[in-house]
Amino acid sequence: MAITEKELEELFEKMPKKMEKNRRKHIMIKNGELESQAIEANTRTVPGVITNRGCAYAGCKGVVLGPIKDMIHITHGPIGCAFYTWGARRNKAKTEENVKNFMNYAFSTNMQEKDIVFGGEKKLAAMIDEVVDMFHPNAITISATCPVGLIGDDINAVAKAAQERHGIQVLAFSCEGYKGVSQSAGHHIANNNLMANVIGTGDMEKAPGKYSINILGEYNIGGDSWEIERFLKEIGYNIVCVMTGDGAWEHIRNAHVADLNLVQCHRSINYIAEKIQTKYGTPWLKVNFVGVQSTIKSLRDMATYFDDPELTKKTEEVIERELARVQPVIDQYAKICNNKTAFCFVGGSRGHHYQGLFRELGIETVLAGYEFAHRDDYEGREVIPDIKTDADSKNIPDFQVEPDPSRFHLRMSPEKMEELKQKIPLGDYAGMNLEMKDGDLIVDDLNHFETEEFIKLLQPDIFASGIKDKYVVQKMGIPAKQLHSYDYSGPYAGFNGAVNFARDVSMAFASPTWNYITPPWKTAPLLEGEFGEGGKA
Amino acid sequence: MLDYTPKEIKKRSSGTVINPAKTCQPIGAMYAALGIHGCLPHSHGSQGCCSFHRMHLTRHFRDPIMASTSSFTEGASVFGGGANLKTAIKNVFTLYNPDVMAIHTTCLSETIGDDIPATIRQAEIPEGKIVFHANTPSYQGSHITGFSNMTKAMVTYFSEKTTEQPKEQTNLIPGFVNPGDMRELKRIFEAMGLTYIMFPDTSGVVDSPMTGKFEMYPKGGVTIDQLKDTGNSKITLSLGRFSSEAAAEALKKKCKVPFISLKTPIGIKATDDMLMALRGSFAAEVPYELEEERGQLVDVMTDAHFHFHNKKVAIFGDPDIVAGLTEFVLSLGMKPIHILTGTPGGALGSKMYSFEDEINDMLQSAGITANVKADSDLLELHQWIKNQPVDLLIGNTYGKYIAKAEDIPFVRVGFPILDRAIHSYMPIVGYRGAMRLLEMIDNALLDRADRDAADEDFELVM
Ligand code: SF4
Ligand code: SF4
Repeated sequence: MAITEKELEELFEKMPKKMEKNRRKHIMIKNGELESQAIEANTRTVPGVITNRGCAYAGCKGVVLGPIKDMIHITHGPIGCAFYTWGARRNKAKTEENVKNFMNYAFSTNMQEKDIVFGGEKKLAAMIDEVVDMFHPNAITISATCPVGLIGDDINAVAKAAQERHGIQVLAFSCEGYKGVSQSAGHHIANNNLMANVIGTGDMEKAPGKYSINILGEYNIGGDSWEIERFLKEIGYNIVCVMTGDGAWEHIRNAHVADLNLVQCHRSINYIAEKIQTKYGTPWLKVNFVGVQSTIKSLRDMATYFDDPELTKKTEEVIERELARVQPVIDQYAKICNNKTAFCFVGGSRGHHYQGLFRELGIETVLAGYEFAHRDDYEGREVIPDIKTDADSKNIPDFQVEPDPSRFHLRMSPEKMEELKQKIPLGDYAGMNLEMKDGDLIVDDLNHFETEEFIKLLQPDIFASGIKDKYVVQKMGIPAKQLHSYDYSGPYAGFNGAVNFARDVSMAFASPTWNYITPPWKTAPLLEGEFGEGGKA
Repeated sequence: MLDYTPKEIKKRSSGTVINPAKTCQPIGAMYAALGIHGCLPHSHGSQGCCSFHRMHLTRHFRDPIMASTSSFTEGASVFGGGANLKTAIKNVFTLYNPDVMAIHTTCLSETIGDDIPATIRQAEIPEGKIVFHANTPSYQGSHITGFSNMTKAMVTYFSEKTTEQPKEQTNLIPGFVNPGDMRELKRIFEAMGLTYIMFPDTSGVVDSPMTGKFEMYPKGGVTIDQLKDTGNSKITLSLGRFSSEAAAEALKKKCKVPFISLKTPIGIKATDDMLMALRGSFAAEVPYELEEERGQLVDVMTDAHFHFHNKKVAIFGDPDIVAGLTEFVLSLGMKPIHILTGTPGGALGSKMYSFEDEINDMLQSAGITANVKADSDLLELHQWIKNQPVDLLIGNTYGKYIAKAEDIPFVRVGFPILDRAIHSYMPIVGYRGAMRLLEMIDNALLDRADRDAADEDFELVM
């Protein structure tokens, strides 16, 4: 079932005027015949609209910094912000030898009224002293929450002084929740600081071996990154660091030595990918390890990049073996899923990534969108020059990097690069829209009002989004799959992940519990029954 | 698990928190507002707060938690959020059509100093619709304070005294408890034959049934008419002084309704106290139905006493819940030796009867010395436990890290519980609730004994 222009018009008409004007730009029906179809993204949500979006702090501390396990992440602000980002995101981390793991801890300066009035700098400094004394971390981050910017605490100065006092790195992130329009601003703020102060500070001068890579924008939710690493290592890749799932400051410092950066979640990490390329010459490749076919394609693209017959051979061996192992299992599950439709509305990359995996199960995505992506995540990076900066994007300072005089080196000739770019998404992301069919709906920053309306119109069989929608949708009798937390399952990436996902989605369809929604007395006529002989009615 | 927590306790004087045992005001306010029928809570601040609060409440209740936000950007935080709020009010009524919109503030709007009442006065509010607010700055108190502030706002905005003579009805303020507890309280009141107005009442809202249809405003919740009528009640029963007493006091001030402040009725003694208070105020006899339940509770307490007598317990969580739990485990003959809350301990800013005093009084009469602290964190609780081990830990989900690190049986009670389902439907208040708590405690201890028993000591009958 596809939506008609008329139905969409009717929906817009139900909105208040100003909102209607705004939302028209964020909603479109895919039409491949048009030369280009622009969508508005990364602009303000209209107040009062029930959005799924969070804030810059969530994007900075919650998404990008939080998973770095060997740093102590201090939240400077009142208690709530730190509390909510404690352990709830499922970014798993293992303790390694010589690498500490502070994942079970939450640190908050717990600002009180007097700190708001007189400033919280002293308290922040005192907390740093206490945690250094107690935990001896190698490095510390400070993330500011809403009131901090307003009261004028200079967290950079506090960080600098603490760094001198303790001789360890202390980084300050001004990611107050009101910056930008969503988590996206926080990704950018985190990227900038990691790039400026962490990446490239390690001592390594050379890659630790052949085929050295970093995995960027992979957060190890439910163990995704471990599954990806499993087959990458088997093929022969050397993983220098992951940003930031199960990531370590110790490793990220040496990110400069890798020969290729893989970019999984483009939205949250593309700034780092670009800047590493400028500063150290490392190209980046857009990959997608969600879904069997996307995983295979990503592996082949990587082999194409390194262009080594040995590596290609090993890649194909692993692909063949894994495929033979998982495909039959997935096919069994697909029988339950076949011919169904899905809505897929997730953060900044999964709205796209999961469509392929759904398709492998015979599920067509009929509505997709992102909570906090930018136009390039929809339309492809070629639109970047056309994206207008506005008041909200301007307040995220960007900074320029220069090629590093000693460490910059080209991984291949410019000609070879150009040649490769024709074959693989090197330094490029073509966006989500390309993959969608004509007639599909693309919605940016989907809100609750539209969720209800679109479900009525399109009646999807499954709705993939987050916790805030989940039970809304389930109450309608429609299975809902959390694609931020995987409903506490996973991994969903790679070959094993695809099997897990197929299992979980079929379970959502096959659960007998759906059969009990209507009580029997709602469908049976009320008879004035008499008890017959033998106790039968 | 929590590998770096040192056993040695060094005084931390910075007032900062490591592994919190509290969260911020707005989430409590949002929860309280959901206890009004047809109400949409609104978070006046940037989107993140609202998103976090909805996420955590949704995880705890596994039910839709709807709330809107003023979506502040940098501009709003410089020039004030009045314009955002006006737009939000307009859009909320057009798009989501609630009967009531309950605004709470956030750190951001409080720091800016937005004047909410002034904005409400200037806003376009459709005929017959209601907008009210509570100030909930998170740099004071905790989520319990936020719950208390929103509950109090229900009184200051709505309660009216319109009858000469008070009506034969009770205002029942249940405090920050689950809808399962609220249902149980209502059942007890009905068994006593009493008329009551419970507020807030989240039963039927955050434990709504599966019907195949999503209702943005489910059947439950106290109505605005009922809230108005609270001014005519004969008496107010405030359960849990940290979450309920401020509203009871406001009612007394505004409408001269006297109040009785009691513990959250967790356990036998607190439930006895509640029934005695009702009996005394309304000359209503306690029916056999409840007396029988009480008798059953005492029966099982006695039957199984050797399972838990003298066992050492650590308890943490919200002050009203912790006070009730402490009293209950004492009545079981257990030894609560570490008792902690993250919420600051003075009763709503007054220094009258602090959390610590209340707990220490109970412990003293039982002859137990213990670590007791308000305004503290789970790092400190863990350190206490490292120095003086316990047989059982009781608290919210976040206790699971400590329970695993120290290999202690763990009973989940309180808010939030994110890793177990169904709990919010099941009461811990009243005699039945006490029986359920006792079963959880008993099973946790016995499961552990089974797990640890050598084959030759493995018992069939226990
Ligand atoms: S900014 Fe304040 S209100 Fe918002 S989540 Fe943080 S502590 Fe809570
Ligand atoms: S999917 Fe989503 S967009 Fe990307 S940061 Fe989260 S987790 Fe990323």
